[in-house]
Amino acid sequence: MLAAAALAILLFALPLIGLLQRADWSRVVDDLRSPASAAAMRLSITTSLAATVLAIALGLPLAWLLARTDIPGRAVIRALVLLPMVLPPVVGGVALLAAFSRRSPLGSWLYDAFGIQLTFSRAGVVLAEAFVAMPFFVITVEAALRSLDPRFEQVAAGLGASPAQVFRRVTLPLIAPAVAAGAILSWARALGEFGATITFAGNIAGRTRTLPLEIYLQLESDPQAAIALSLVLLLVSFAVLIGLRDRWLGGARP
Amino acid sequence: MTGDGAALEGEITVAAAASLTEPFADIGTAFEAEHPGAEITFTFDSSGTLSQQILDGAPVDAFASADERNMDALVEADLVEGEPAVFAGNQLIIITKPGNPEGIASLADLAGAGVVSLCGEDAPCGRFAAQALENAGVTIPERSVTRGHNAKSALTAVSEGDAVAGIVYVTDALAAGDAVDAIEIPADQNVVATYPVAVLADAHDVALARAFVDYLASDDGQAILEERGFLPPT
Repeated sequence: MLAAAALAILLFALPLIGLLQRADWSRVVDDLRSPASAAAMRLSITTSLAATVLAIALGLPLAWLLARTDIPGRAVIRALVLLPMVLPPVVGGVALLAAFSRRSPLGSWLYDAFGIQLTFSRAGVVLAEAFVAMPFFVITVEAALRSLDPRFEQVAAGLGASPAQVFRRVTLPLIAPAVAAGAILSWARALGEFGATITFAGNIAGRTRTLPLEIYLQLESDPQAAIALSLVLLLVSFAVLIGLRDRWLGGARP
Repeated sequence: MTGDGAALEGEITVAAAASLTEPFADIGTAFEAEHPGAEITFTFDSSGTLSQQILDGAPVDAFASADERNMDALVEADLVEGEPAVFAGNQLIIITKPGNPEGIASLADLAGAGVVSLCGEDAPCGRFAAQALENAGVTIPERSVTRGHNAKSALTAVSEGDAVAGIVYVTDALAAGDAVDAIEIPADQNVVATYPVAVLADAHDVALARAFVDYLASDDGQAILEERGFLPPT
């Protein structure tokens, strides 16, 4: 039992150790300061934050819908929302292309009517990242809403608060820790997004070449630079998970 | 062809440049038909990625590269058994969406055409494309270039995605059929890629790997390569 558990820990730890041991520490800082790396990092930070904002703005109402209403087909909607978590991201990218590329009905209408092209744009990167990251926010917040004692809200409503007031003044403060945890989780997922991004938004330096895409390209030309960039993602992800250790399950603590 | 009597049996893994996907699939089938006990597994990717993986100890028996540079890296690391041999050549071509809606006729037209799909700067097809553009005196601003990881993904950005045009191998455009239109690049601007192949020093079945490499140079092998648009070795 213990041996198997130790083996499991090794399975996770060894690749990380391998990466650390393979890094050329004397040049990590220079690698990270190269113009290509810096541009990829800047782009990754801005797009992943924008994707997180989008995930919160759309995911909060969605989580409420799933947790608090009895709309027909709720199980199907939930499955649909969670699909990007299990789908290979490349498939997500192909699906986004089918929906929003200039050859799709919606994409060609967007382009003809408004001149909006999502492919090869920062907005496309944000869309791809939000597509894969939002499910993490939705399930975290939905779980918190479900575990919330409904009497708090019932009392507030009984005292004459409107549904909007109840949500803003009672529900939201109670689930705030889960909202924060869900936001951070989906941010970390957006930051690491690769397959949907390269498939849908392309790989243009400074515009859609995020950190994971830069790592993928560098792996071929300059593996050491790729490792240095990987270390950054590793560090950020590790910090996020350690910071979230108590809130992983998303339960609110009133 | 079977000559030396002893039946060839066993399994080998052949790592090959992405642009070789179609002919190698055919050659694998033909080779296995000729040697019923033999089984060939292919791994296709950018030559740079494959050579890196082999340097990292990937269990591969033979390697076919789309350029000399990635093969030389393995020769220098003493990972090649004997000498690499050139078995095919390839050239570049411009691809556009079916019907060529932007009316692209030459490399010069790519400079202001919108997003152009090229291979990664360090993938062979990316370096050859840079060379061809230089030959033509054309500069495409990097902000209009999306880079696929290998020849196949560079083509996909045009056939499936929204890239206006791309530069890929003649053979990739041929394999894509109606999915793209092809515009030839004049010989004085074009680049000839040479494809070397070698048995690797760590091959677990040198005889079978050698037989596969020899098959590429045989009349049967060359016929399949030619059918797919490859040039004979020069």
